[in-house]
Amino acid sequence: MMSSEFFTIWFLPGVWITVQVTLYAAVLGAAVSFGIGLARDSRLWIVRFAAGAYFEVFRGMSALVLMFWMFFALPLFGWQLEPMWAGVSALGLTYGAYGSEIVRGSLAAVPTAQKEAGVALDFTRWQRLRLIELPQAWPDMVPPFNNLLIELLKGTALVSVITVADMTFAGNLLRLGTNQTTPIYTLLLALYFVLAFVITRGMRMLERRAKAGIGERPEKSGGIGAKTGARGDGPRAGSRSAGGVR
Amino acid sequence: MNWDWNVVNDFMPRFWDGVLVTVQALAVGSLIAFALGLVWALAQRSARVWVRWPVVAVTEFVRNTPLLVQLFFLFYVVPNFGPSMSPLATGIVGLGLHYSTYTAEVYRAGIDGVPAGQWEAATALSLPRGRTWRAVILPQAIRRVVPPLGNYVIAMLKDSPMIATIGAFDMLGEAQTFSNETFTTEALTVVGVAFIVIAYPASLLIRVLERRLVR
Repeated sequence: MMSSEFFTIWFLPGVWITVQVTLYAAVLGAAVSFGIGLARDSRLWIVRFAAGAYFEVFRGMSALVLMFWMFFALPLFGWQLEPMWAGVSALGLTYGAYGSEIVRGSLAAVPTAQKEAGVALDFTRWQRLRLIELPQAWPDMVPPFNNLLIELLKGTALVSVITVADMTFAGNLLRLGTNQTTPIYTLLLALYFVLAFVITRGMRMLERRAKAGIGERPEKSGGIGAKTGARGDGPRAGSRSAGGVR
Repeated sequence: MNWDWNVVNDFMPRFWDGVLVTVQALAVGSLIAFALGLVWALAQRSARVWVRWPVVAVTEFVRNTPLLVQLFFLFYVVPNFGPSMSPLATGIVGLGLHYSTYTAEVYRAGIDGVPAGQWEAATALSLPRGRTWRAVILPQAIRRVVPPLGNYVIAMLKDSPMIATIGAFDMLGEAQTFSNETFTTEALTVVGVAFIVIAYPASLLIRVLERRLVR
């Protein structure tokens, strides 16, 4: 059975490592998402091409294989990564590729008139992006980013395979040590579920604030009839309810 | 770092063995995911709360927990009180079960996308329930679900190397054992490239399907 000693030495730090890996990979992933997502609409074809190639390669790549490769093959090129950073990079790079599609898609969904208005007011490209396009695209990005973040959290379990002592690693240790599998793996599944739940709650809050920031009411979760906000929910709602029903 | 093609040559026979296992896992796993997903989707629409609620709870739980831990659970815990399966069989069941919770959402969206008029027409013609589903709703829903289902097959392909962690000899499993025996890393690179080579044309195919089927 799970001794308290094991619990404090391996399991609790493992939970903390899982949280850390999720956080770091999320930060790296967000940077990649925005970097690649913006670059894919660049005016220079070479930048667009490079970003597109990045997207296709990392989207086609299995995160686990990439992680293995970074852990075992990269050192032979002279790059020795700490296991944890190999895991974080592999996760951040792959999930960032998925995220870039979210960023690109939501930016493309901002009504053209908004961008033209920016041009008419003689905003620079950067000003348009920062003051007009991103604030309107952001609320649309939050829900898909939530899904991606959950996928990332689930992906962090993979780092246990390259010897990072996260909570899955602790679980495997306990199995090897005691052959008691039922309690620990059940606990693990429950813990991941709780973490996913916490993330979803946090992102819901973020979504409400993002929508309030551009004067939209948050859509109530569940129930299809509840989707008639003051301005419809985001650009895509235009066809559904023009100009606020109620 | 020097790249040695001889190592790659030595790895090739085992690589193809691995490809075969990966394809098996993918094919059977997809079938399970497609079938089970439809069951979940229909059960979630059931009028009975005691059917709907547990199914929603189970699918949410499975979708929000890592496939890797689920595989460990199936492989190390389930045999304690249930059937014990080979690594490959466990992997297939795990992949199928995990992705069925995603395909359930796809079916749900597809079914919700069928216009209400179709349901009303079926009622007006007083078609029996089974007939309504088989002849009216599902044929229309299927068109919408094919591209997203294809996307999940690709996602499953990318998650399939996880079955190597419970000892199945898929592409990654073969590469790992080969690398350990020969102290080389070329095999891993070959497998990494193989994933991109398979996944990229597959995703192009899905895009074509999307244009053809969804209008």
